[in-house]
Amino acid sequence: MSEERSQVAGSAGDEKLTPELVAFVEEWKPQPGNVIMVLHQVQEHFGYIPRSVAFEVAERLDVPVAKVYGVITFYHFFRMVRPGRHSIAVCMGTACYLKGGQDLINELEMLLGCSNGSVTDDGEFGIEAVRCIGCCGLAPVLTVDGEVFGNLTADDLPGILAQYRGK
Amino acid sequence: MANQKYLLVCSGESCDADKNHLLQEALQREVAASGLGATVQVVKTGCFGFCAKGPVVKILPEETLYVEVQPSDAAAIVQEHLVAGKPVARLCYDQQQSKLHAKLEDIDFYQKQVRIVLRNCGVIDPDSIDEYITRDGYVALEKVLFEMTPEDVITELRKSDLRGRGGAGFPTWRKWEFTRQVTNPEKYVMCNADEGDPGAYMDRSTLEGDPHSILEAMMIAGYTCGSSKGIIYIRAEYPLAIARLKRAIRQAKEYGLMGDQVLGTDFCFDIEIRLGAGAFVCGEETALIASTEGSRGMPRPRPPFPAVKGLWDKPTVINNVETYASIPVIIMKGGDWYARIGTETSKGTKVFALTGKVKNSGLIEVPMGTTLREIVFGIGGGIIGGKTFKAVQTGGPSGGLIPEEYLDTPIDYENLSKLGSIVGSGGMIVMDEDDCVLDVTKFYLDFSVDESCGKCAPCRIGGKTLLTLLDRISKGTGTEDDLAHMKQLSVAMQRASLCGLGQTTPNPVLSIIRHFEDELNNHIQDRHCPAGKCTALVRFEIDPEACIGCTVCARRCPVNCIAGDRKLPHVIDQERCVKCGACLEACKFNAVIKS
Repeated sequence: MSEERSQVAGSAGDEKLTPELVAFVEEWKPQPGNVIMVLHQVQEHFGYIPRSVAFEVAERLDVPVAKVYGVITFYHFFRMVRPGRHSIAVCMGTACYLKGGQDLINELEMLLGCSNGSVTDDGEFGIEAVRCIGCCGLAPVLTVDGEVFGNLTADDLPGILAQYRGK
Repeated sequence: MANQKYLLVCSGESCDADKNHLLQEALQREVAASGLGATVQVVKTGCFGFCAKGPVVKILPEETLYVEVQPSDAAAIVQEHLVAGKPVARLCYDQQQSKLHAKLEDIDFYQKQVRIVLRNCGVIDPDSIDEYITRDGYVALEKVLFEMTPEDVITELRKSDLRGRGGAGFPTWRKWEFTRQVTNPEKYVMCNADEGDPGAYMDRSTLEGDPHSILEAMMIAGYTCGSSKGIIYIRAEYPLAIARLKRAIRQAKEYGLMGDQVLGTDFCFDIEIRLGAGAFVCGEETALIASTEGSRGMPRPRPPFPAVKGLWDKPTVINNVETYASIPVIIMKGGDWYARIGTETSKGTKVFALTGKVKNSGLIEVPMGTTLREIVFGIGGGIIGGKTFKAVQTGGPSGGLIPEEYLDTPIDYENLSKLGSIVGSGGMIVMDEDDCVLDVTKFYLDFSVDESCGKCAPCRIGGKTLLTLLDRISKGTGTEDDLAHMKQLSVAMQRASLCGLGQTTPNPVLSIIRHFEDELNNHIQDRHCPAGKCTALVRFEIDPEACIGCTVCARRCPVNCIAGDRKLPHVIDQERCVKCGACLEACKFNAVIKS
């Protein structure tokens, strides 16, 4: 369990750039302004930006670690904690806010027993409030692993979670 | 084939959410099964805009619109409509409950719209360059390259009086002219597709529905300003738009419409995509440039303007997606034609994402000068559930709330600014009696404070202080002095902040002080929230006369703060109550009173 926990927290610290990622970094290295594009690729692969990989990126791109860290923490999109196996993103754009986005978050926190911005103990689900995802006509909206569910009420949530649990 | 029919299926993100690919497959299967494969074609298109009623299917040439279509409806559409020739009544949009509207042009949602920017959205397959070309795609580029000098293009834009659609409304021709005049072999053309306004998705739908129009316009900008390199800065949160842009760029290169020697001329142009990473401030052009350069997206003082010193310190012209999408049409039909649409100071059309408590939420495009009332009650169909209209919010976190009495104002840059709001990028959010203006303003301030880059003190400190004051009022501990303090802070922020974000952060606050003073005073003097949204000011109580002791509320309460024996009146422990309202919803005897 403790080993699993540390995995979930993303502090294992042994993640490395894969050969594909190394190739990507090398491809972008000569191009100016490459840090953000490289970090996007890293996050797409790992689901987050592991600390060890951030150091490796800084070294390979020959930029200070402080710069890489500065970029990661400036932008909402980048995260340094391993997400759940299924990522639940609850839209908190204005339309969703008015139509009860916060109620969805409250209900999810109750159902999953973890707070907004964190991951359940078993690493199954992570909840996150996100900026407008541009489906305002369907408000309130959430996505699970990128799949959009709209016009929701708190009662719809157990059914949605059941679709993903254990998969 | 004269009798060819098309089934257009919306593949915008909102409709796709409703598993539209299944619908498309079902329609294809049914068409094939009924032997109509040779004369009927199922086409995937961009957003139709009518998102509230999605998934949407349109049949051409008769322009029949079907709403809320499920894959299981595919057989009915094919058998009844295509084979038997009778529209499927149950799938038509039912506007007044009494008569059914089968045709697009009869539906109030579309009647008052003029589609220039969205001309191809919901009409063509966004993944097909051929369909774009069939709809006069790349004709404007050809005209510019072979018949016009850069000066001619500027003259045409000047006649059109097109103003930047990102929010600020700066004349586009002047931006282009400034950049053109600077002598430098290296210049950049950038597209700002970092749509961060919460509650708005105009640019997303345009990019997803008609990506080539942006590429074409950027190349026209390149030719005019003397640049051979374009960069689209787009939110990473829009994967579908990114994929479609990438495909469109590849197709344009294959067709010789982009790359070296475009259409056989000496003009070369290449477009690259750079991803944003979720920072609202990057919509500000100098911050966008910093972000494209791979740094933290912090703005810098202007001048120098990007036209002189932009990306990598080279002259750069930056326009928003919607601005670009208007340009090919202006080139083809002429600036004079475009200038005939709109008002004295604001020409052309504007796309709005109409959302919130309105019946027909969706993406609309209307001529400048359309009144707010026409949009909310005409196109939008009024408020959901027969509630009372309270305000319409334009311009997102940089805009303000506009109350009922100003609904007949024709929309243009100047008019909305006089009302203390802005046109902004096009978010338009309708609020009803259940929404508290203070709560909504707190929401926006919270957003702006979170998004402040922290570089300049007026924005970093001022925003936070404003939020603290608002929070105090919402908890019932505010005073009238707080209002004066907020006004003072707001003016300081407007004057002293470095960029547009800080300068406009106080707008929502100023607008409620101006238009909703009574409601604020309710919070301050009476310690009461009329909409019942500010939880600290709400109290739930059980009327002992009405309570029959059924225990439903006690069982529903998430914090177990309702006590009482069966068949005896219950009591809420006010200390522990979290004011979620679950008891109010649960009680069938109206014994729970909210005050």
